[in-house]
Amino acid sequence: MALYTDVIIAGFGGQGVLLVGNMLAYSAMQEGLQVTYMPVYGVEMRGGTANCTVVISEEEIGSPLVMYPHSLIIMNQPSLEKFRPRLKEGGVQIVNTSIVPQSLLDGDQARSVPVPANDLANELGNPKMANMVVLGAWVEATGILSLERVKQGLPQVLGKSDERIIQANHRAMQAGADRVREYA
Amino acid sequence: MSSKPGPISLTKGNEAIAKGALAAGLHCYFAYPITPQSDIPEYLSKHLVERGGEFIQAESEIASVNMLLGAAACGKRAMTSSSSPGIALKQEGISYMAGSELPAVIVNISRGGPGLGSIDPSQGDYYQATRGGGHGDYRTLVLAPSTCQEAYDLTIRAFELAFYHRNPVVILGDAILGQMKEPLKEWEYQPNTEREAADWALSGAKDRPSRLIKSLYLADEALAGHNERLQAKHERMRQDLDWEEYATEDSEVLVVAFGSVGRIAKSSVRKLRSQGYRVGLLRPITLFPFPEERIRELAWSNRLITIENNTGQMVDDVRLAARNVADSAFFGVSPGRLPSPEDFLQPILEVWEQEEARK
Repeated sequence: MALYTDVIIAGFGGQGVLLVGNMLAYSAMQEGLQVTYMPVYGVEMRGGTANCTVVISEEEIGSPLVMYPHSLIIMNQPSLEKFRPRLKEGGVQIVNTSIVPQSLLDGDQARSVPVPANDLANELGNPKMANMVVLGAWVEATGILSLERVKQGLPQVLGKSDERIIQANHRAMQAGADRVREYA
Repeated sequence: MSSKPGPISLTKGNEAIAKGALAAGLHCYFAYPITPQSDIPEYLSKHLVERGGEFIQAESEIASVNMLLGAAACGKRAMTSSSSPGIALKQEGISYMAGSELPAVIVNISRGGPGLGSIDPSQGDYYQATRGGGHGDYRTLVLAPSTCQEAYDLTIRAFELAFYHRNPVVILGDAILGQMKEPLKEWEYQPNTEREAADWALSGAKDRPSRLIKSLYLADEALAGHNERLQAKHERMRQDLDWEEYATEDSEVLVVAFGSVGRIAKSSVRKLRSQGYRVGLLRPITLFPFPEERIRELAWSNRLITIENNTGQMVDDVRLAARNVADSAFFGVSPGRLPSPEDFLQPILEVWEQEEARK
């Protein structure tokens, strides 16, 4: 069976969900895989809801849009309510439990990986890096791409090579990945 | 023309079109911004200018289409882009360019309508693109890419066709194509833009007789002759027919879908194939000319269903193509709602069951 996976990444505008999608798509391309990245967002720069779908495959990709994704990255509660019912059976969801109450995951049949992303990012010095934390968590939880590959792509996707920014974001990704390992 | 492979990058559909236009030797671009295609002017405002081309953000869509006409009359490789209501405003200019036999590329990354509609994906401009929103007996070639790579390749193709036929060419995409990112392999291409317009362009009449480019024919019989020439040209465009077929060798139900919906429907067809249903797909790449002969051929052995992200437009052409052989069912996702492969399974299966019941 050829490799195929897809993920919907959702949150408030400004939480960096589209950047996470871009990072995954870029890394998959660098890995020599087929990939599509499809953003859906309103007309607002901040405050509205934003989500994107990334499809990764060894074969030609048909639809860039997915009704029932294999995995989710959920950055806030409205996104959980909207996308959780669509998660494929046996799928995995990374949930930002700094914002989404942990109690909402209790009794959920899906494999949920709670990651207090804002808190972990805060500890590393910048709450804006919460998106990098969940990115690292998804990579670790799914095993589709290597964390090293994803880390390498950051300067290209950001269009920045400031070593301090890159290193800080790498630490945030690592923190997310470590969290999954501890939790497992 | 020569080509060699260039870099691979993760590129948005809109940018793929802008890059394709640059690769095709774009000289001039005129437009007024509108979502969801503004990445095209954004990209060209930097890169076209760096390459010494002319970039003008016009005061309106109407101004930009008339600038396009002017540049085309001078034999330049020229392009405009907009989205649905903006393209509606350009129709008068497109009719004048068709009447004056001028080559130009018009990109429509369409949005929900009618009116201002929304910024959501929609295929509601199929009629506008293929029937012409402008007046008179004219046709534009219409190309409908479904991937970012195809958006790049077909933009280059659009310039070739525009100059070959001396006719406007429309690239019809939607917000899915425009906003999606995929790996893009650029290729270098050397268009011979020096001579392609040499025998008709308004290039200064020094040392040669003067030329006149017009769409007005008042003399006795003049307009009739002009229309007959144009009609013969529309017939010649059939040589440039293009479409994709998938799993049609032994199919009994044929899905016809174009653009983004064509690739989404391909996922549905693959899924049904894996469950043993003999379903195939035909995705027209040129919407005008339309692959009607091939659809008619397949209609002898297939029950047809046309799927669109509108309330039913291309289905008219499918029914015309298959007339006296078969009808086509229709399934539409309304503009403003995002289609997914799961949406199409049930409608295709219903057609499959009708076919089984008939046997």
